[in-house]
Amino acid sequence: MINWRVILNIAKTHLLTKMKSTVTASLGVTFGIGAYITLVSFMTGLNEMLDSLILNQTPHIHIYNEIEPSEKQPIALYQEFEDAFNVVNSIKPKQSQKKIHNGLPILNYLKKDKKVYGATPQLRAQIFYLSGSIELGGNLVGVDIMEEARLSNIDDYIVEGTAQDLKNSENGILLGAGLAKKMSLKEGDRVQVSTIKGDVFPLKIVGIYQSGIADIDNIQSYANLKTVQRILGEAQNYVTDINVKLYDINEATAMASSLGKKFQVKATSINEANAQFETGSNIRNLITYAVSITLLIVAGFGIYNILNMLIYEKMKDIAILKATGFSGTDVQLIFMSQAMIIGAVGGILGLFVGFVLSKLIDNVAFETEALPTITTYPINYNIWYYIIGISFALISTFVAGWLPSNKAKRIDPVRIIRGT
Amino acid sequence: MDFVLETKNINKYFEKPVKFHVLKDISFSIKKGEFASIMGKSGSGKSTLLYILSTMDTDYTGELFLNNELITGQKHSKLSQIRNKNIGFVFQFHYLLSEFSVLENVMLPAKKLAEKSLAEIEHDAMEKLRMLDIEKLAHQRASRISGGEKQRVAIARALINNPSILMGDEPTGNLDSHNSENVFSIFKRLKEEEGLSLLIVTHDEDFAKRTDRIIQMEDGRILD
Repeated sequence: MINWRVILNIAKTHLLTKMKSTVTASLGVTFGIGAYITLVSFMTGLNEMLDSLILNQTPHIHIYNEIEPSEKQPIALYQEFEDAFNVVNSIKPKQSQKKIHNGLPILNYLKKDKKVYGATPQLRAQIFYLSGSIELGGNLVGVDIMEEARLSNIDDYIVEGTAQDLKNSENGILLGAGLAKKMSLKEGDRVQVSTIKGDVFPLKIVGIYQSGIADIDNIQSYANLKTVQRILGEAQNYVTDINVKLYDINEATAMASSLGKKFQVKATSINEANAQFETGSNIRNLITYAVSITLLIVAGFGIYNILNMLIYEKMKDIAILKATGFSGTDVQLIFMSQAMIIGAVGGILGLFVGFVLSKLIDNVAFETEALPTITTYPINYNIWYYIIGISFALISTFVAGWLPSNKAKRIDPVRIIRGT
Repeated sequence: MDFVLETKNINKYFEKPVKFHVLKDISFSIKKGEFASIMGKSGSGKSTLLYILSTMDTDYTGELFLNNELITGQKHSKLSQIRNKNIGFVFQFHYLLSEFSVLENVMLPAKKLAEKSLAEIEHDAMEKLRMLDIEKLAHQRASRISGGEKQRVAIARALINNPSILMGDEPTGNLDSHNSENVFSIFKRLKEEEGLSLLIVTHDEDFAKRTDRIIQMEDGRILD
C-alpha cells in the first residue's frame, strides 16, 4: 500500500527547504539538455545545409552519351581470326555524337512515367568567353529554365536577375559569378562567347549565377536551350544530357540501370555519383551524437552526486520515518520522486533553453560568398530531438536517483538512532 | 491475563568486532496497562532489547508476541505496518523532522496509516498536542522549539495512531529535571487515564522507582 500523497508531500518539503541543491541539480539537467538540443539542432542544421548544397545540384538520374571505345573491336567480328590472339594498339573512342540519340522521344517517355517528378533536357557546350583579347574556357549549359527552376533549386542560386528574365530573352545568359568577377561584368552588360569552331556570338547578361562552388562558378553559365542550339548550329533535337527527378529517390539506382539498357545510353543515379559524400555526413552525425551523449551523462552524474549528498544529510530523517512505520520502499519512493521532479523540471527548462538558444543562433547573420542563399546559421527544429532530450533527462535522473535511493531504502534505522 | 508484549527465549549475538552474546534467553512479558521500566548499566543490552521489541531489529532468535500475535519472522513491509499502527516510540534525542511543522510531524504516522481522513487526523493531532499542553506550537517549525517541547511533540507523534504500547529509549536522558518531571507525569497520566502500556529504558533511578515495575538487566540477562 503506497500513500502517494504523503510521499510526494515529504519529497516536496525536502526539495523546497533545500532550494539551493534543488536548483543546482535542476540547472545541471537544464544545461545538459539545453546544450544537447542546441548542439544537435545546429549540427544537423549545418549537415542538412551541406547535404542539400551538393544533393540539390545533382539530378536523381543523369542520362548522357558517354564517349568511349567500342566494347568489341571490328577484328573480333572477323571469323577468320576467331581463334587467334588479337592485339589492337592505340584504340580510339567509337565514332559517335555527343548528343543523346532520340533525346526528345526519351524525354517524352520519361515525362509520361508515373515515378518521374520531372525531366529536363540540357545541352552542354564547350565555349570560350571573350574579354578583349583574353579567352576564358568554360561551359555554356542550355536549359529549359522554367522547368529547371521547378525541379532543382537553381532559383536560389540566381543572385541577380530571375529565371523568368532568362526565359523572356532570346540572347540572354546567366553568367557564373566567378566569370562575372574576372571579366568585370554585371547584369545588363554584354558578353561575347565563341564556339570551338570559332563562331562568335554576343549574349546579354540577364542575371548572375552563384552556386557556392567556385569550380563551377568560374566556368559555367546558363542560357536557354534554343539559344545554345543556335550558337552551335544544331537542330532542335540536339540534347546532350537529360536530368531526371523522381518522386522517390530510393528508386533512382534501379531505374537508372533499366533506362540505360532500354535506350542504350549512360544513366547514372545520385547514389553512384555521391557515394563518398554520404560517408562524410554519416561521420558528422556520429560526432554530433557522441558529443550530445557525453553532455547528458555529465548531467546525470551531477544529479547522482546531489541526491547522494541529500541522503547523507537526511540520514536521521530516514531513520525516523522508518521508526514511525514507513517502509523501505516508501523511503525509496520519497527520494526517487525527488530525482524525477528534478529531472522533469530541469529537462523541460532545458528544452526551453535549447529552443531559445537555437532561435538565437538561427538569427545570427551568417553570410558567405560560397552560400548565397544562406543569410543566418542553419538550425534544424526537429521535434524528435526534443522528445529524445526529455526522455534522456527522465531516464538519466531515474538511474542517478535509483542508486542513492536504494541505499536509503536499506538504511538500518537502529544503527542511525543508536549512533553506531 | 492479557499481555500486550511477550518474549520467549530471545537471544542475540553481535558479530562485529568480535562475536558477543549480547542477549541471553530473555523471556518476559508486559501486561496491558502496565508501566514498566528497564534499568541496567551501559552495555547490559537494555537498548538492544528495546530495539528488538520495537520490531526494528530482526536479527535475533526466539519469539516475540505483540497482542498475542507472533511477530518474529514477518516481512519487513509487514513489520513497518505493525510499527506504524501498534507501537509508539520516543527517543533520547527528540528526532523530529526539522523541516516540517510541529503539526505535520505529529500527523505524519497517521497519514501513513491512512485510516482516517486528513481532517480527522488533523483534529486528532491537535487533540494530542492540547493534551500535552503544546497546541500553541502547532504551526511552528520543529527546529524552532525548545528541547523539552520537542520531546513532548515526539510523545504526541508516538500517540497519534493510538498504539498498543509506547516505548521509550531514555526519553528523559537529555532533559533537565523540570522537563524530566514533566515527561514522567505525562506518561503516568497516559497510563492512568488512557490505560496505555509503557515500556521505558532509563538510567534515572528516581524515574524507574515510580513506575509499576522495574526490569533489571545485567550482562544480557534479566535479574529477578
